[in-house]
Amino acid sequence: MRTIWIIAGAAFKESVRDRVPYTMVVFAVLMMAASYLISELTAGQDLKIIKDLGLAAMSVFGLVIAVFIGIGLVSKEVERKSVFGLLTKPVTRAQFILGKYLGLVTTLAVNLSVMTVAYYGVLFYMNGVATEAMRAGWPVPATDPRLLVAVVLIMGELAVVTAIALMFSTFSSPLLSAMLTLGLWVSGHFNSDLRQFEQVVDQPAVAWIARGLYYVLPNLAPFNVKAEVVYGMPVSASHVGFTLLYALIYIAALLVAAVAIFRRRDFK
Amino acid sequence: MSAAIETEGLTKDFSVGFWRPRPYRALDHLTLDVAAGEVFGFLGPNGAGKSTTLKLLMQLLYPTSGEARILGRPAGDAAVRQRVGFLAENPYYYDHLTAEELLAYFARVFGFRGTDVGTRVARVLDEVGIGKERRLRLRRFSKGMTQRVGLAQALLNNPEVLFLDEPMSGLDPLGRRHVRDLILGLRAKGCTVFFSSHILSDAETLCSRVGVLVQGKLVASGPLSEILAFELKGWELVVGCGPQLHAELATFARTVTPLSDGHVLLHLAPDAEPDRVVGELTRRGAHIVSINPVRETLEDYFVQVVGATAGRDTRGAGA
Repeated sequence: MRTIWIIAGAAFKESVRDRVPYTMVVFAVLMMAASYLISELTAGQDLKIIKDLGLAAMSVFGLVIAVFIGIGLVSKEVERKSVFGLLTKPVTRAQFILGKYLGLVTTLAVNLSVMTVAYYGVLFYMNGVATEAMRAGWPVPATDPRLLVAVVLIMGELAVVTAIALMFSTFSSPLLSAMLTLGLWVSGHFNSDLRQFEQVVDQPAVAWIARGLYYVLPNLAPFNVKAEVVYGMPVSASHVGFTLLYALIYIAALLVAAVAIFRRRDFK
Repeated sequence: MSAAIETEGLTKDFSVGFWRPRPYRALDHLTLDVAAGEVFGFLGPNGAGKSTTLKLLMQLLYPTSGEARILGRPAGDAAVRQRVGFLAENPYYYDHLTAEELLAYFARVFGFRGTDVGTRVARVLDEVGIGKERRLRLRRFSKGMTQRVGLAQALLNNPEVLFLDEPMSGLDPLGRRHVRDLILGLRAKGCTVFFSSHILSDAETLCSRVGVLVQGKLVASGPLSEILAFELKGWELVVGCGPQLHAELATFARTVTPLSDGHVLLHLAPDAEPDRVVGELTRRGAHIVSINPVRETLEDYFVQVVGATAGRDTRGAGA
């Protein structure tokens, strides 16, 4: 386990040195600029927009980091042959993959934490500058702690996307890995439609394939509770628990596949 | 003496071609033993399969058939990797790290902890001659400096067996001398060194045994002394003499070559009895500047073996 953490630490350092934290600065600037511009809009609506925009930006920035660094962590090393340095040390290929994965998930967690602090900072500022009448008109307080539920689920989704990117990068080029990962991310958000597919098609074979795809493709829709938390609607603890459990199982399956593929690879 | 490295029928086929893949044999039934404490030179022309062999030994590639053992255990065994060092050909390391950081990372992977990490890293960087540059990021390193970092990381764990793929590549003459001394130092400490090289003079200086690989096949292997057998190919005699004697020199030698400093270089046949020739020339007024035996070099041997194999294969293909 120590070796995995050493590799994770190095992967984290690599992403930091690759200027990944700059995305957090971009995020903070975007949030401040948005809050300034949106404060010109109708009272009450501006807070919802800021909340929505902030969570969406966290998702998008996180996705960009997860995909573009996730695909590079392994395929770039194989392409440049820097992988030789580590794999000829007392490191198994499984430790290599798991270390890289944990390193990137740590990067994402740190990024998301800093973005969350910036997000709450802007919301706190909005709360401070609003009049008592405006605050009374808000369905939920500006710094509602339930927003953290959405952040936790964003992190869960990003952890799944990272595992997908890493799995693809164990056998394909960075460009193909990026396309496949983004393709799965998009399909993952429409996956629940596949479940209803059998109700609109007559052919049992097609329905069977749709059902198979439903179970194989990631189901990312449950990770999106942004609208619920912004509008103060309840998100049950069981939904969060089951969604995170699903993420864990899906990630485990992806990492097992990634390790199995990587173990068999020849490095020319 | 026990074998530090053993291969038995080690074979690797690659698949080439996209639409109609066909097998390409990069290594063909390599059977080889390298004794503990030996410096073994693995020689061969480009594309002979030297790097493939090293990668198979480090399990960066899996063999199509055959097996390899290092220190009595299967190649690729994690416990074995704890005891071996490896330098890849034209190595590339994480360029966002400094040399010190990279080595500290690898030292931790080897199990070094706390202050031992810094001590060990400083020692190997000193050994390979990296000074204050150790605090620079690797992206600023030249090819030769990266090669030195590669050597340093291969030495981190004080390896019992060291695999070096073209260790002199990219090094200037001073760097080459440094690496040569380093390998000789390791040999003195009992480390087994297996290295591939194109630079035959280095192999000649360093190796106790060599193997020659051509088109994936081991065509010759053995102690350097046996391979070269120190066969005398003739004598080189440099003399100074007047114009009258100059005209007669051809009767003593196979070839006569005037040198730029006014002296003359004579190539004598191996059975030319140099004492008699020197005596005769001295008697006739010539002064002897130097006399040296000419022996077969590793390069001669290499050219002969590779040429013979290539010729045989060409005839075989034509038949």
